[in-house]
Amino acid sequence: MTAAIRENATRDTATASSVRPVPTGLPRLLSATGRPMDLAAHMQVHGQTPYRGGPQMLIHTIESAGLTGRGGAAFPTHRKLTAVADQRGPRVVVGNGAEGEPASDKDKTLLWSSPHLVLDGLQLAAEAVGARKVHLYVHREPALEAHLDSALHERAIAGLDRIAVNLVSAPPRFLAGEESALASRVEGGAALPRLTPPRIFERGVHGAPTLVQNVETLAQLALISRYGAAWFRGIGTEAEPGSMLTTVRLADGSGGVAETPIGTPIAELLRLAQHPAQAVLVGGYHGAWLCGEQARRLTLSNADLRPLGAAVGAGVLAALPADRCGVVESARVVRYLALESAGQCGPCLNGLPLIADSLAQLANHRSAPSARGDLARWSKLVERRGACHHPDGTVRFLRSALTVFAEEVALHEAGRCSASTYEPFLPIPAGSPEHKNDWS
Amino acid sequence: MISGTAFWFASRATGVISLILFSIVAILGILVNRQGRLPGLPRFAVTGLHRNLSLLTVVFLGTHIVTAIVDGYAHIPWLSTVVPFTSGYERFWIGLGTVAVDLFAALIVTSLLRDRLKPSVWRAIHWLAYVSYPVIVVHSLGAYKDLRSGWLLALTMATVFAVVTAIGYRVVDARSAVPRPARVPEQFLQADQVRADDVRTDDVRTDKAGSLR
Amino acid sequence: MHERLRVNPILCSGHGLCAELLPEQIDLDEWGYPLLSDEPVPTALRPLARRAVNDCPVLALMLVAAP
Repeated sequence: MTAAIRENATRDTATASSVRPVPTGLPRLLSATGRPMDLAAHMQVHGQTPYRGGPQMLIHTIESAGLTGRGGAAFPTHRKLTAVADQRGPRVVVGNGAEGEPASDKDKTLLWSSPHLVLDGLQLAAEAVGARKVHLYVHREPALEAHLDSALHERAIAGLDRIAVNLVSAPPRFLAGEESALASRVEGGAALPRLTPPRIFERGVHGAPTLVQNVETLAQLALISRYGAAWFRGIGTEAEPGSMLTTVRLADGSGGVAETPIGTPIAELLRLAQHPAQAVLVGGYHGAWLCGEQARRLTLSNADLRPLGAAVGAGVLAALPADRCGVVESARVVRYLALESAGQCGPCLNGLPLIADSLAQLANHRSAPSARGDLARWSKLVERRGACHHPDGTVRFLRSALTVFAEEVALHEAGRCSASTYEPFLPIPAGSPEHKNDWS
Repeated sequence: MISGTAFWFASRATGVISLILFSIVAILGILVNRQGRLPGLPRFAVTGLHRNLSLLTVVFLGTHIVTAIVDGYAHIPWLSTVVPFTSGYERFWIGLGTVAVDLFAALIVTSLLRDRLKPSVWRAIHWLAYVSYPVIVVHSLGAYKDLRSGWLLALTMATVFAVVTAIGYRVVDARSAVPRPARVPEQFLQADQVRADDVRTDDVRTDKAGSLR
Repeated sequence: MHERLRVNPILCSGHGLCAELLPEQIDLDEWGYPLLSDEPVPTALRPLARRAVNDCPVLALMLVAAP
């Protein structure tokens, strides 16, 4: 089993000299068999880690591919790589697998299915930015950590990794995956957000320029470095090329993680024709609600979603069935978000619980007359006044809920509701006393 | 020529005043830290008083040191201003005074430069105030025997009592203050669980058969 | 060079001195935390702004170059 290791290629063609067939269609990231790919399986499908032989060389290919971050912000990956590579001093790379979002399972699934793609991506990114320290950051979970440990062990035996990967475990908090909280945790402290600027790419882990990339982005990077930019652009849209992992929750409660080309119609992903929804949540708990009719007409792409104040984010799609109450579901989410505040900044610490409380009262038909005005005022007071974007995301979610569920809000203010069940639909983790205070 | 006694008297008098001033400055510092107010004064006046009185303390402290050295009787070398335990006279008690001066100088200098320092650095050095206070008190009682009896003792004990009370208040208040991340659940005044209340289903969204569209 | 005020919300514990010293640029919200003006600090108010930065008990207030 020999592999053509791409050396110094400025062009990104999948040439005939490769002995490995270029994969077509899906899946790209996830295992085709549905079972986790160990090193042997990974090598059989993808071959050796295609080191370029020096820093910066991969970046041009990534730029041609048009890869954007799959962690939620969709920031052009080549720009992040360049930003870190251009800094002075020892650089650090961290793979971020701590998705934090209860409604998202994609990072966890990817790490189970194809750990070697992620680990390849880590090494290649480290080579591209000239880093000497590499960390992989995942939520604390003994089974997953053992799985990753054994993958790293396989690679160590095969001599694949040029830099040893340090596995760092993150607390089960919503904000654990936030860049500055990640840096703080990797340094050994609590996973609490810090004030930025300075941004992580300038001063991150122990003050060093740090590249933080979502694990899916790293896996995509590992594929692009083998099969090229043209291959990557083979699916998806012109503006947003490639595939992405989505976590879907259909209106009948079924769902899971799926890999799909960007630009797939939401109706297809959620099978809205068979399982109609009154509304669709796009982008997770810092995302936005869309009403059912809107969602039926849109594709999963920022081109379609941004004009409506939503975004693809980390690919979470949840379809709310007609028998549920959007106000009650949203109140549960906002309560969760308020409890997940780091509590470091006055406006967030004070404002989010008040917002959550007011929304809960509305959900329970005990809304005060001043509630609408209060919610609007508090939303304005918490936005952009924290060290991180937690209050901003919460307000975005809240505003979309009040808009999309406006009829339901009016019903609740009149002491009524149109739902037939309050059975929880969106996943909200149950908090334990330890959980509430544990940030490390 | 001014007699040695005059300098010596001046030194002890300014020493007592410095002790009292430092005590007031310390209490004001604790007040600032606990976001306390002085009746009728804006918040910035509490901070302002804390700073201005500390600078006044520098003046009295400086006089206290200079007069002690210039008075020839005790043969305290100029070096002893900054290097502790180098005085021939009352080496230990004067030495403690020098330690207090060094600590106080660190407090003053860092505070004059505080907008140029990292907040964590300034904070760490300012904690030395708690270290310097007992040093000052012990130096005062040790070097000036008259403080150990009569109205001077009463005065000293009163200031010590005031400062210790302020420190005690700070410790108790700080302990009841919950660190911010843990404060989050407590901000929930009502902790209202969103649950199913008895609800009337509105007719608008139900068709005739009673099921929801 | 134009400067504007910026606060570190993690350090800020709502002492409120800054709003007393510089009400033209700093207001307090209903929880006692500063609402800063986006406008650059006018030259006439610079000394007061410098004083507010210096007097903040937790050094949370900063003057930064206005973009």
